[in-house]
Amino acid sequence: MIKEKEDKKFTTISIPTPLAEKIKKRIEGTGFTSLSSYVTYVLREVLSGMDEGEEEAFTKEDEKRVKDRLRALGYID
Amino acid sequence: MSKPHGGKLIDRTIKKETKDTNGFLEIEVNTNLSEDILNIANGVFSPLEGFLGCNDLENVVNKKRLSNDTPWTIPILLDFDKKGLGIKEGDTVLLTNKESGVRAIMDVDEIFAYDKKTLANEIYRTKEADHPGVANVYNMDDTLLGGKISLLARTQREFDEYNLTPNETRVLFKEKGWKEIVAFQTRNPPHIGHEYVQKTALTFVDGLFINPIIGKKKSGDFKDEVILSSYESLMEHYYLKDRAVMSILRTSMKYAGPREAIHHAIMRKNFGCTHFIVGRDHAGVGSYYGPYDAHDIFSEFPDLNIIPVFFRSFSRCTKCGSVVNDKICPHDQKYHINFSGKKIRELLKNGEIPPEDMMRKEVAETILKFEHPFVE
Repeated sequence: MIKEKEDKKFTTISIPTPLAEKIKKRIEGTGFTSLSSYVTYVLREVLSGMDEGEEEAFTKEDEKRVKDRLRALGYID
Repeated sequence: MSKPHGGKLIDRTIKKETKDTNGFLEIEVNTNLSEDILNIANGVFSPLEGFLGCNDLENVVNKKRLSNDTPWTIPILLDFDKKGLGIKEGDTVLLTNKESGVRAIMDVDEIFAYDKKTLANEIYRTKEADHPGVANVYNMDDTLLGGKISLLARTQREFDEYNLTPNETRVLFKEKGWKEIVAFQTRNPPHIGHEYVQKTALTFVDGLFINPIIGKKKSGDFKDEVILSSYESLMEHYYLKDRAVMSILRTSMKYAGPREAIHHAIMRKNFGCTHFIVGRDHAGVGSYYGPYDAHDIFSEFPDLNIIPVFFRSFSRCTKCGSVVNDKICPHDQKYHINFSGKKIRELLKNGEIPPEDMMRKEVAETILKFEHPFVE
């Protein structure tokens, strides 16, 4: 495998220093090894619900085809 | 119901084989790879649309994520013998397998080499060839193909009547009015301990999705038809019809412990499940992983969007008179009887029905109706 080019995998963001200090205190003794790992974790958590978007609607025909199969197999009445 | 992993349920099936495949180089893949092709095509592996390329592979190995940051822990790879065929990047190839009848085309975006030892060590946490997953890696060819696939055809197979795609389970759950669904993975007939775990989890959600893994087995394992029939029996006698369904999953076990637990959860999320039961030493083998490593790894994925339901080891406590685990029972080990799969198997091998506090009589009788319930 090619050695990972770290410079392309990360970017720098700025947050207020007092907030950074608060976070540093908060992560003491936890599994988080750095301010960055904590911020990454929180942002992933916050964004994950929004990222996954709306489910695509099935066409009526597709849904009927699926229901017919489920009925034939005894999964639904 | 959970949204598909990565936001979109992938469908890479071509409804009618109209594509002219004459002139495409053909690669005959093994049955495990053909199951991967089917799982990509019908959305079980969403958001994957094909076999991993180099960048995604690096990310999965090093970060447990695809290159777009989506959690993904098990590499889905297509290896091939570079010497045999003159395949170049940009070619379209035909992938076939006789057993599953899979015919799929693949647009080859990348052809690349990889380091087997690094791959083994990161995914399986060991380079030892005694580990079955590592042995598989060492047996792979030295070159990988990355690119999207499209499924042209597959044949009807045994147990297809139990084989639902994510699109189908999603319609099924909707029809049943289930919003929260807990998935249970299994490779064995159910004993009382399994029933306890399933019913405990089911108590807090709307429905239970029993999802046995079907496929290649080793000698002494229960045959697939035995597992399915024994669950049919349990469900008929001890589950409400509107609260539990069963469908199979055809995929190979990798024995990657914690990483595989995440992979198993992702597949169940794609089926629409909101919760996933993770037991002690989930997908483990030998002593390569700690008993609860597969629980701990979930804390690395705040964006997984399926809730793990962790169960520790459980047993029957003769003092409590019920199934217990180490969080709820204060009594000494001498009162505890473990649900030993080995012991149950031995009794069944001798044609004996295990005690009712180990296995339901109806389940045991169903197993004993088979002349040869075990893989020879």
